[in-house]
Amino acid sequence: MEMVTIRYDNRVVRNFAVATMLWGAVGMLVGVLIALEMFEPAVNARLQFLTFGRLRPLHTNAVIFAFVGNGIFTGLYYSLQRLCKSRMFSDVLSKIHFWGWQAIIVAAAITLPLGMTTGKEYAELEWPIDIAITLIWVVLAINVFGTVIRRRERHIYVAIWFYIATLVTVAVLHIVNSIELPVSLLKSYPVYAGVQDALVQWWYGHNAVAFFLTTPYLGLMYYFLPKAANRPVYSYRLSIIHFWSLIFLYIWAGPHHLLYTALPDWAQSLGTVFSIMLLAPSWGGAINGLLTLRGAWDRVREDAVLKFMAVAITAYGMATFEGPLLSLKNVNAISHYTDWTISHVHVGALGWNGFLTFGILYWLVPRMWGTTLYSKKMANLHFWVGTLGIVVYASSMYWAGITQSLMWKQFTAFGVLQYPNFLETVTQIIPFYIIRALGGSLYLIGALVMIYNLVRTARQGKLAAEEEVQVPARWDEAPHVRENRHRWLEKRPIQFALVATGAILIGGMVELIPTFLVATNIPTIASVKPYTPLELEGRDIYVREGCYTCHSQMIRPFRSETERYGEYSKAGEFVYDHPFQWGSKRTGPDLHRVGGKFPNFWHFMHMDDPRSVSPGSIMPAYPWLFTQDFDTAIIARKIRAMQTLGVPYPKEYDRQALTDMKAQAEGIAADLQKQNAPADPSKEIIALIAYLQRLGTDIAVPQQ
Amino acid sequence: MLSQYLEAIEGVATYPIISLLVFVPFFVGVVIYVLRMKKEDEDRMSKLPLN
Repeated sequence: MEMVTIRYDNRVVRNFAVATMLWGAVGMLVGVLIALEMFEPAVNARLQFLTFGRLRPLHTNAVIFAFVGNGIFTGLYYSLQRLCKSRMFSDVLSKIHFWGWQAIIVAAAITLPLGMTTGKEYAELEWPIDIAITLIWVVLAINVFGTVIRRRERHIYVAIWFYIATLVTVAVLHIVNSIELPVSLLKSYPVYAGVQDALVQWWYGHNAVAFFLTTPYLGLMYYFLPKAANRPVYSYRLSIIHFWSLIFLYIWAGPHHLLYTALPDWAQSLGTVFSIMLLAPSWGGAINGLLTLRGAWDRVREDAVLKFMAVAITAYGMATFEGPLLSLKNVNAISHYTDWTISHVHVGALGWNGFLTFGILYWLVPRMWGTTLYSKKMANLHFWVGTLGIVVYASSMYWAGITQSLMWKQFTAFGVLQYPNFLETVTQIIPFYIIRALGGSLYLIGALVMIYNLVRTARQGKLAAEEEVQVPARWDEAPHVRENRHRWLEKRPIQFALVATGAILIGGMVELIPTFLVATNIPTIASVKPYTPLELEGRDIYVREGCYTCHSQMIRPFRSETERYGEYSKAGEFVYDHPFQWGSKRTGPDLHRVGGKFPNFWHFMHMDDPRSVSPGSIMPAYPWLFTQDFDTAIIARKIRAMQTLGVPYPKEYDRQALTDMKAQAEGIAADLQKQNAPADPSKEIIALIAYLQRLGTDIAVPQQ
Repeated sequence: MLSQYLEAIEGVATYPIISLLVFVPFFVGVVIYVLRMKKEDEDRMSKLPLN
C-alpha cells in the first residue's frame, strides 16, 4: 500500500480549546451572577447592563454558542482530520472560522448587556450578527465538506454523520427563525407575529437543543469515548439506528414545547407521541455509550476522563428521559413556567455538555502537548466538586419548581386561591434560589480548577502544532467490502448531506406548513387594534429589558390561572405582536391581563423600587427608565416597518405618529403628576407604563 | 382555543400523515440494513477512531 506523510493541524484545535475554557468560565460566571440576582436583586448595582433581564440572554448565549459551540469545534477539528486521515481542507477557512466565531461572541457580549435583542429566546442576537453567523457557518461547512471529500478513508464514521446533520440543520433553523425586518442598524422586528412567531421560535428552540447541544456532542461521544476507553463503540449498528431516528424524530417533535398554550390538540398529541418515541433512540445511544465502557469499569475508577464521560452519558440518558416526560400534558401542566424546566436544561447543560467537554479537554490537552496531566488529584477534585454542583443545582430547582407549581394551583375549601398573592409563592422558594447559586458556584469552581490544571499541563509540554503521520495515499479498496445502498451513501458526503437535508426539510415542512397557514386562519378580533406609537415604543423597552425572561404573557385555560390572572389568552390577541412575548418562565406573575389592573402611579412606584409596593419582591429596580428619554427619532420608521409587516395602521400614519406619541405621554404624565409623582413625559418609564396598561385590554372582560 | 383555527385549514391532517409515511418506511429500511450488516464490516467501521 502506498503511504504518504501528512500533517494534522493542531493549532486550530488548540485555539478552539482555549476559547472553550475562556468562554466557559465567562458564561458560568454570568450564570452565578444572575443566580445571585434571583434572591438579591441589588447585586446588579442598579446598573442596567447588569440586570437579570439583560444578563440572562448573555448567560444562555455564552454557554450555548460560546462554551458548547467552541467545544464542538475543538472536538470536530481534532476528530475529523483523524477520521478522514486528512488535514483540514483549508487553513485559511479554519482561521476565518475561528476568529469569525470569536468576533460574533464578542459582539454578543457587547450588544446583549446594552439591551440590543430580538427578544426571542436563544436567538436574541440582532440582524447584523445573525448575518455574520450565517456566513461563518457557511465557511465551516465548506471546510468540513472539503475535508470529507478529500479523505483517505473509505467509510465515513458515524461521528461525521452527526457533524454533517448538525451543519445542515443548524443552518436551516437559524435562517428560518431569523427572518426579520431591520428598522435600524441594531433593531429589527421578526416578520412573524404572535402565534406564528411562537411556533417558529419554538420549532427553532427545540431543535437548537437537538442539533446544537445534542447531535454534535453525540458525534464527539462516538469518537472520544472509544478513544479514551481504548475500545470500539459497543454496537456500531445501534449507532446507525441512533443517528437516523434522532434526525427524523427531533425535527418533527417541536410542537410539544408549546403544550397547553394556544396550540391545537393534534399538534400537542403529535409532539407528545414523537417525544416518547425519542426515548428509544436516545436511550439506545446512552446505553451504547455506557456499554462501551464494559470491561473498562476498573479504569473508570482511576481515570478522570472516563469518569467525566460516564457521568455525561448518564446525564444525557436522564435528560432525554425527562424531556419526553415533560411533554406529557399532565406533567407539563405542573412543570411549565416553573424552575423544573430550569433544572431539566441544567442537567443537560452541566451534565451532558459540560462534563463531556471536560472529559474531552482532559484527554486532548496532554496528548496535543505531548505530556501527562499536571495533576490527577485536581482532576478528581474537579469531578467531585462538579458532580456535587450538578446534584445541588438540579435538586434545589426540582424542589422549587414543584413547590411553586403546587402553590399556584392550591385552592381553599371555599374554592378560592389559597395563595392569591403571587409573591407568597416566590418568597417560599427563595431558600432554593440560594442553594442553586451555591450549586452553580461549585460547578464554576470545578471548571476553574480544570483551567488551572490544563494550563499547567500545557506549560510542562510543547504543542505539536503540526502533527506528522503516515497514512495510505488512497481509500482502502479492499475487495471483501460489499457494496450496498447505505454503504454507497456512506462514501458520498454530498449525497449523504442531501438525504439528511431532505429528511429535515420534509420534517420541517410538515411542521411549518400549518404554521404558515395559521396566520391567515386566525380571525382577527375586531376589537384588537395595533399598538399606539407610545405603546409600541414601550413594548420595545419591554423587549430590551428582557422582561420575558421572568414574566409570561400567556394565560392558560386552567381555573388556577384564570382565577389569578383573568380571562385566558386568545390567539387573535397576538396578531400584531412582532415579536411574540409569551415567555417560558414565571419568576414573576403573568402580565397578559395586567393592563388596567393597577393605576399608572402604582407602576411608576413599582418600577422605581419594586420592594416599596411589594415587600420582599425579587424584581430589580429600573432607575434608568426614569432618566432616559424614549426614542422619538425612529418611531416613524418603526410604524412604516410595522405597516410593511401587515399591521393595519392608517395610510401615512407614520407622519402622525410622533404627535400622537407625545400627546399620549403628556396624558399619562399629567395623571401621574396629579398623584404628586415627579413624572416627565419624555422618559422611558412613561412609554413602558403605556404598554403595560394596554396589555390584554383589547377584548372586553366583563366587570364583576 | 387555536385548535379550531388550525383544524379549519383545509386538509391539515395530511401533514402528520406525510411525516408518518416518510418516516416509518425509512426507519424500517434502516433497521433491515443494520440487521443485515456483516459482522466484519461492522468491526472494521467501529474501529475507525482507534486507528
